[in-house]
Amino acid sequence: MADAKVIPFDDDRSRGSAVQRPSRRRGAGSRRKSGEPARVREVQQVQPLPTSAAGQDDVPVTHEEQPFQGPQDGAGSGLERRVASGLAFLRRRLTGDYEIDDFGYDEELTDQVLMSLLRPLYDKYFRVDVKGIENIPAQGGALIVANHSGTLPLDGLMMQVAVHDHHPAGRHLRLLAADLVFVLPVVNELARKLGHTLACTEDAERLLAQGEVVGVMPEGFKGIGKPFSERYKLQRFGRGGFVSTALRQGTPIIPCSIVGAEEIYPMIGNAKTLARLLGFPYFPLTPTFPWLGPLGAVPLPTKWTIQFGEPIATDGYPPEAAEDPMLMFNLTDQVREQIQHTLYKLLVQRRSVFF
Amino acid sequence: MTRPGQGARSERKALILGKVVLVTGVARQLGGRFVRRIQRDPQVDRVVAVDAVPPEHHLGGADFIQADIRQPAIARVLAETNADTVVHLDVTATALGSGSRTTVKETNVIGTMQLLGACQKSPTVKRLVVKSSTNVYGSAPRDPAVFTETMPPKSLPSGGFAKDTVEVEGYVRGFARRRPDVAVCVLRFANILGPTADTPLVSYFALPVLPTVLGYDPRLQFVHEDDVVEVLRIASHEPARGTLNSGTFNIAGDGVLLLSQCSRRLGRPTVPLLLPAVTWAGSLVRTLGMTDFSPEQIRLLTHGRVVSTDQMRETLGFTPKYTTAETFADFARSQGPGLLPPEALAGAVDRIAALPLGGGGHPQTPSAN
Repeated sequence: MADAKVIPFDDDRSRGSAVQRPSRRRGAGSRRKSGEPARVREVQQVQPLPTSAAGQDDVPVTHEEQPFQGPQDGAGSGLERRVASGLAFLRRRLTGDYEIDDFGYDEELTDQVLMSLLRPLYDKYFRVDVKGIENIPAQGGALIVANHSGTLPLDGLMMQVAVHDHHPAGRHLRLLAADLVFVLPVVNELARKLGHTLACTEDAERLLAQGEVVGVMPEGFKGIGKPFSERYKLQRFGRGGFVSTALRQGTPIIPCSIVGAEEIYPMIGNAKTLARLLGFPYFPLTPTFPWLGPLGAVPLPTKWTIQFGEPIATDGYPPEAAEDPMLMFNLTDQVREQIQHTLYKLLVQRRSVFF
Repeated sequence: MTRPGQGARSERKALILGKVVLVTGVARQLGGRFVRRIQRDPQVDRVVAVDAVPPEHHLGGADFIQADIRQPAIARVLAETNADTVVHLDVTATALGSGSRTTVKETNVIGTMQLLGACQKSPTVKRLVVKSSTNVYGSAPRDPAVFTETMPPKSLPSGGFAKDTVEVEGYVRGFARRRPDVAVCVLRFANILGPTADTPLVSYFALPVLPTVLGYDPRLQFVHEDDVVEVLRIASHEPARGTLNSGTFNIAGDGVLLLSQCSRRLGRPTVPLLLPAVTWAGSLVRTLGMTDFSPEQIRLLTHGRVVSTDQMRETLGFTPKYTTAETFADFARSQGPGLLPPEALAGAVDRIAALPLGGGGHPQTPSAN
């Protein structure tokens, strides 16, 4: 599979030249033996980034230990404690003695069960690298705007795990999802419990006003259901509603670029008639799906990078700014450009789609 | 919606006669409770209780007048009693006794029209309180998670009680436009629960096994009967300093419960069914007349509904005594134990924890509370 066509911009140093490529491959080989820290150094040395801002972004986050696996004075007592807390959890769940918020977000279930189910996919399968997590503020509302791809919205879920597992303040990402999610049985139930809500102005503003970190993918179905040939080309950003929402609440916008999700299901065709019959916005045809049946629905194990960019402040604008369409379009373009540039940058740095 | 009425004529009359409160729908438990409660207020001189059928419960010292609000006779009642405050509680989802859906709809819609017509003619009326329901927002997957009073529903309720409330509110808005001197307060109640409440949801929770829709876990909000009576009382008096009691307000307890939580707290097992099966079973049950499992009820139990209560707190100045969870706990106490009482389940888990293999003899589970 060929890499995406990369449009060069600003500094040429980061683009893989014939001289640099072999050294990078060697670096990849040595990583296997020396482990994570070596890789981090190698990436930073080989890829000096042109701007200081980006350099700050690129501090990789080391994988933290899970809190409940923390200090263990003895294997026996650790196991005992885990069994006891597991039973306490079971007791609460069975008697309905737990709380959810107005949106149906079940924090306990998300932390204890749903995140643990997604984590293997995140850690082992897609081996997600997270960069720039410190751009998400430790408190207060923030709007994370990310690119959307991959036929199935796994990128949103992986972004949620990334924020959940890596943010030092343990923030929870509240995603805004398409209405289709809330129409489908089971999916809507899980989405609500994971803290997702409908992508509409009212819900977004309410969450931001509560000081939550809200994640939105303004490309929507245009982004997630685009053909493989258009990978990493950002689609139109809706009507820019996310900008006016952030402006009204005065919360920073954090552009987020996700690399790797485009290749999990290379969509080479779209069965439009079937999609219309089923009421879906598109019906993907990939080299394996639906030809191999359920086996074809297994995503390709690509290597992912999620980079959170420099926040764009919105609190400096006057209150009527949210009503100014020109400013809204400019800000939308600024966010879009920043995500697109970071995507290209990350693509240039990427050794291969799969590792 | 309107500004508080300042009609000079009605003011004078009220001063002479004291406050006369006319309450409709008193044959129901809630109406009866409200009538008994508001009589104890010092500023209230007389309470006139109206319903088409005589109530089975006592009404304290209130004057009961048997009148059908669907008939023009209500105008005479209003004129004769010189009522200055009208509390319209006869907007209900179920019939009292063995009435059909048609009667309920007529009482809700035609009754409201007649009552409002009478109020419009009456020079003495200066305050109108209408019991509505959060049903007006409908329940749809494409709705925002939390409704505020100003939000129009994405899909208007197609029938049943929900449509009645939408129509009732429409007529009330028309009345408020024509009589700007009357303070109109529309209270949209979330699901009312309590030991004596008789709503469709109460009969649903009384089922030994709760049928649910497979793959959906609706968010529900409850409001306690005591809070309902209290907020009705606040709305029917002059507003306290710094508050405003005319307009439309959502009334609900704090917090949200999922249907799955409700069933576990009640100790009643659930039977998840496919949505078409639930709709079919609902219509079958309705035909047999066992319980009013209406389509809008099914939609509520599929998609759920949560409303914002900021206006209730900030503008109306009312803070409910019971949260949603406390309301439900109070209701659960009044219901008999279910097939799977939560205490028994908790005990079973505790016993597992007490096993030497499981908890290692550490009785740590009480920390779960």
